[in-house]
Amino acid sequence: MTVPQAVQTGGGPGPAAPADTERPGVRSSALRMILRTFVDNKLAIAGAAIILLITGFCFIGPLVYHTDQFNPNLLSTNLRPNASYPLGTDNNGFDILGRLMIGGQSSIEVGFAVAAIATSVGILYGAVSGYFGGAVDVVMMRVVDVGFSIPVVFLFIFASRVFQPTLALLILLLGFVSWLVPARLVRGETLALRVREYVQVVRTMGGGSPRIIFRHLIPNTIGPIVVTATFQVANAVLILATLQYLGFGLPPSEPTWGSMLSNGITYLQDGYWWEVYPALVIIVLTVVAFNFIGDALQDAFQVRLQRR
Amino acid sequence: MTGYVLRRCGQAIVVVLGVTLVTFLMLHTLPGNLARSIIGARATPQQIASFDQQYGLSRPLWYQYWTFLYQLAHGNLGFSFHLSRSVTSLLGSELPRDVILGGLSLVFAIVIAIPVGVIQAVNRNRLGDYFGTGASFVLYSMPTYALAIILIQILAISFHVFPAEAPQSSSTIGLFEHPSGLVLPVATLTLVTYAQFSRYMRSSAIETLAQDYIRTARATGLPERLVLWRHLLRNSLISVVTLIGVSVPVIITGTLIVEQVFNFSGAGLEYYNAALTNDYPVMLGVTVVVGLATVIGNLIADIGYALLDPRIRY
Repeated sequence: MTVPQAVQTGGGPGPAAPADTERPGVRSSALRMILRTFVDNKLAIAGAAIILLITGFCFIGPLVYHTDQFNPNLLSTNLRPNASYPLGTDNNGFDILGRLMIGGQSSIEVGFAVAAIATSVGILYGAVSGYFGGAVDVVMMRVVDVGFSIPVVFLFIFASRVFQPTLALLILLLGFVSWLVPARLVRGETLALRVREYVQVVRTMGGGSPRIIFRHLIPNTIGPIVVTATFQVANAVLILATLQYLGFGLPPSEPTWGSMLSNGITYLQDGYWWEVYPALVIIVLTVVAFNFIGDALQDAFQVRLQRR
Repeated sequence: MTGYVLRRCGQAIVVVLGVTLVTFLMLHTLPGNLARSIIGARATPQQIASFDQQYGLSRPLWYQYWTFLYQLAHGNLGFSFHLSRSVTSLLGSELPRDVILGGLSLVFAIVIAIPVGVIQAVNRNRLGDYFGTGASFVLYSMPTYALAIILIQILAISFHVFPAEAPQSSSTIGLFEHPSGLVLPVATLTLVTYAQFSRYMRSSAIETLAQDYIRTARATGLPERLVLWRHLLRNSLISVVTLIGVSVPVIITGTLIVEQVFNFSGAGLEYYNAALTNDYPVMLGVTVVVGLATVIGNLIADIGYALLDPRIRY
């Protein structure tokens, strides 16, 4: 292996930073990939716009549009959408538009928090498992297999009967079951990457395992990780809505999109469509938006992987 | 090949043991007195004492786990005090209906997904593809119960085409006495499963069409129809096997929700009712069975995969 000739006899800075254009740094190329996706792919832009709008709707909306979501107003229950109640009221007299805003807060918080927890735990677990390989890998992956074998909803329903769920607990539980997918993904990538030359080089230069894992292997898996994280958020929102509907999530008095749906469904037969469809539409919009972004990122990284 | 199968079966056994361990631990997360939690609020001291003795609750944990495994191996999934039935007999009468619901949905979903996937891959980036992708996107992003309720609203309430409730007979054959009641539950589950499949099928079909051997086949003058039939479809079968393996948890979760919405009597609904009444033996029994089914499904899928594609050897 030739020692790179760093000495320039002519003075001056030498060839102007070839590192960036000829062999781009790992992190910057992944970031560039992500940014370019958002520039090229219209669906991704649409998805991002939708999410920004909905997040603004949920967190800034209540500051602008004040409604009371605590005290039932039994004089104005089940009102059609009109001037004073743009989306009508539900069976407790709560303004539906306001309830959508506040209900969205828990969904979005849960979505992002779960994705963050699940991705970080999953990355660590998968990287360790893939890097060390052998018996360690076998044992760790069997644990992941067990996790995959028990459906999330079943586990959740059980947990919510045993522990009274708060938002924090829900986030923990959801993260606890969601880390499996990133773990498996990162483990696969790490297995493929650890035999690359640069890993051997680092080891030769005296780099220890943690350094290899954190500075070299994990940054190279950022692409698929970002994709997974995006889908995790969408999944978390859906699972939360399902749990709320079944009655096993947050207490039913808390406004959430799922509980609005389950509440309103009993009134569908009476023709009170506004108690169901707004919540449904916003759930679908949110999840679709995240899926748009995730798919676009996936396409982008697929092409890159093929080019590798 | 046999080596692969043996190794894979060994893995599956380990995972099954893991599932039983998790279920056992779940049992022991119950707060307070275990006997009281299971028998219910009206447990008498004698009942609690005999329960403790029967299940060895004063013994060390590993001994209890061993007893638990032993019971499982003999088909004893526990006893539900709420329903006064053994969990095994409960599941025995409910599971066949689940198999019908899930099985029908799986078959229909595959029958729809493969041709649509091929058509989408061929007509890539044209109007039909966008429409199909858009539709499956929305399907994929909708909570299952929302889809079920929309179907109920449109087909059962507004237009009275199908009944909103599933057939309520207690026997399995009785399900088919009023097949119109089966339509909506199966349709919902099919659409949900199809949505999962379609994402995978489309990307896999696009990938396959880009392969070199497709180009070669076309270059040799093979008619497009035969290119699709002989090469693309066969390779899609491999995807199907993967999908079946992966879809078992999706179908099981979907079944739970569909059963709840349509009041379809099955293991999912039993789990839901058990959760409402804190009937832990039923919940745990269903969890073990469901975990077992998932592991077996994945095992079959992996072995099928290895049979179909000689390149796959783990």
